[in-house]
Amino acid sequence: MSSTGIIARLKGFGARQAFGDGWRELVTPEGVDLRLRVGTYADRFVALLLDFLILGGGMVALTIVAAIVGAVTRLPWMNMALGVVWLLGVFLLRNFYFMAFEIGPRAATPGKRAMGLRVIAADGGRLTADAVFARNAMREVEVFLPLTFFAARGQGVDAALITLGAIWSGVFVIFPLFNRDRRRLGDLAAGTMVVKAPKRVLQPDLADTERTAARGIDFTHAQLDAYGVKELHVLEDVLRAGDRRTLAEVAARIRVKIGWEGPADLPDRTFLNAYYAGLRGRLENRMLFGRRRRDKFDVS
Amino acid sequence: MAELHLKSWRFRAEREADWRRLETLLAKAETGGAARLKRDELLEIPLLYRQALSSLSVARSISLDQSLTAYLEGLCTRAYFVVYGARTRLPERLAAFFLRDWPNAVRALWRETLVSFLLSAIATVVAYVLVRRDSEWFHSFVNVGLAAGRDPSATTAYLRATLYSKPSANEGLSALATFLFTHNAQIALFAFALGFALCLPTAALMVLNGAMLGAFLALFISRDLGVEATGGLMIHGTTELFAIVLAGAAGFSIGWAVAFPGDRTRVDAAGEAGRRAATAMAGVVVMLFVAGLLEGFGRQLIQLDLARYSVAGGMLVFWLAYFYWPRRTRP
Repeated sequence: MSSTGIIARLKGFGARQAFGDGWRELVTPEGVDLRLRVGTYADRFVALLLDFLILGGGMVALTIVAAIVGAVTRLPWMNMALGVVWLLGVFLLRNFYFMAFEIGPRAATPGKRAMGLRVIAADGGRLTADAVFARNAMREVEVFLPLTFFAARGQGVDAALITLGAIWSGVFVIFPLFNRDRRRLGDLAAGTMVVKAPKRVLQPDLADTERTAARGIDFTHAQLDAYGVKELHVLEDVLRAGDRRTLAEVAARIRVKIGWEGPADLPDRTFLNAYYAGLRGRLENRMLFGRRRRDKFDVS
Repeated sequence: MAELHLKSWRFRAEREADWRRLETLLAKAETGGAARLKRDELLEIPLLYRQALSSLSVARSISLDQSLTAYLEGLCTRAYFVVYGARTRLPERLAAFFLRDWPNAVRALWRETLVSFLLSAIATVVAYVLVRRDSEWFHSFVNVGLAAGRDPSATTAYLRATLYSKPSANEGLSALATFLFTHNAQIALFAFALGFALCLPTAALMVLNGAMLGAFLALFISRDLGVEATGGLMIHGTTELFAIVLAGAAGFSIGWAVAFPGDRTRVDAAGEAGRRAATAMAGVVVMLFVAGLLEGFGRQLIQLDLARYSVAGGMLVFWLAYFYWPRRTRP
């Protein structure tokens, strides 16, 4: 490592740059970094929209049911009871929908779950009930206050005040755009953040598929040294996507690049799988000896 | 060479069963909570979790299969939150909240509570004096919707009637109580959330609230209805105003932490203050629920001034004792 690299690492830039923006380290007590990805703006916005749709749907359903029951029974005390149920229902939905779901074991509302997001304590510790309460109570100033200002109408001094209020409350709305972990006001007040933690399926190992078909296909070391880790990962993505035209293009390029002289009637997929297995074996072997080849330009 | 499997493939083949076992256990724990797991399954999770973690760090250093490392990262993250996100069950948490957390949080906010109370009190006095001098001020403090006809142009008889109104058949007691509760709770939450903007909006809300009270009092006292009005307002007012003062205090504590974080970072200070204030706020919602019941039912059913005063005083003493009575701290 060069001296500038060491200085950068000492200053703590190294880790940050290695992950790039949108990553956050979370070191477990066992000393392993889980490398969490911060939820993107798009994901979080869609999650919020989904939740609002569910909330709106719930309120409309509540109203319709209350109206139908009221119309059918026509009892005076029934109207009153319905009024109570409706008011309480709307209040609970508005304020406790988010809290109830985020306190649960998945720490995510249905919208967040659909987008693969969850709420965590920013220090990696337990997500407590009061933190969830704080982050959701703040929604009042982040969503409902700006809405009030934008819906308000006035003239003269009132209009000026409303405009100022809208600008002032707008600051709360765009707050997540100006910090590294994309935390909104409620996240700051509660010491929480939203990360991407989707459920993943263990996919088959590509080095193992089509192994019998690829038997007897050998590559020389020179042929395997044409690429590095970055290209290997691109190849993995291509194979998993399985689009036939892309496969053909990539196979043709690799054949040219490594000067392939084996059987020409080999299917593209089999060829690529064999090359993937060979390349991965070669790179992993060299990695065990401490040489991690980043990409094809990395000649060490 | 090609006949031999890759090292990373063998690594995966040896451990895959354990990962899948952990995955099923996690799915169980996430849907039904720890209660759905059997005893030995519960003991199995931490073991499998540590195993998965070690697999993850090995995979990062020897395997170039990115889908494998991504899978292990996801699995370990899920397991981490199940293992370390230990949660108590709801009854226990509720008990802890009412026995310890709530009073403690309120006590910790005593300075802010005092400030919040003084702001409201001063605003009440100022509004009272202003409205007594010139009743036109009344409209600056109370908006038309809330006044509901109770303004300086109303007759004394009408004002008296609003204090002792029997509910009509259509407008039931419980509906009124519910409306009052949801309305007030929303305002309290708002006061809390506004605290983040460096206390000022919360202070403004406290002043407005106090001024409204002062204006009403001035109106009723100018018609010689002072004693009756105080009884009618305070039967729920002691609880409701106390709750609103506490909501203001919770807001102040956040704003203060943001403005003057001390030797912590601003973010840490805000987070800490926010969580403590949130506990107090959860309590405020409970208080407002009680206040809504008192206002909706108590005020309409109890028509005797003396009884109203004793309920008001009793509630105030109860809350003060509940929050500030010295108690043994358990470690």
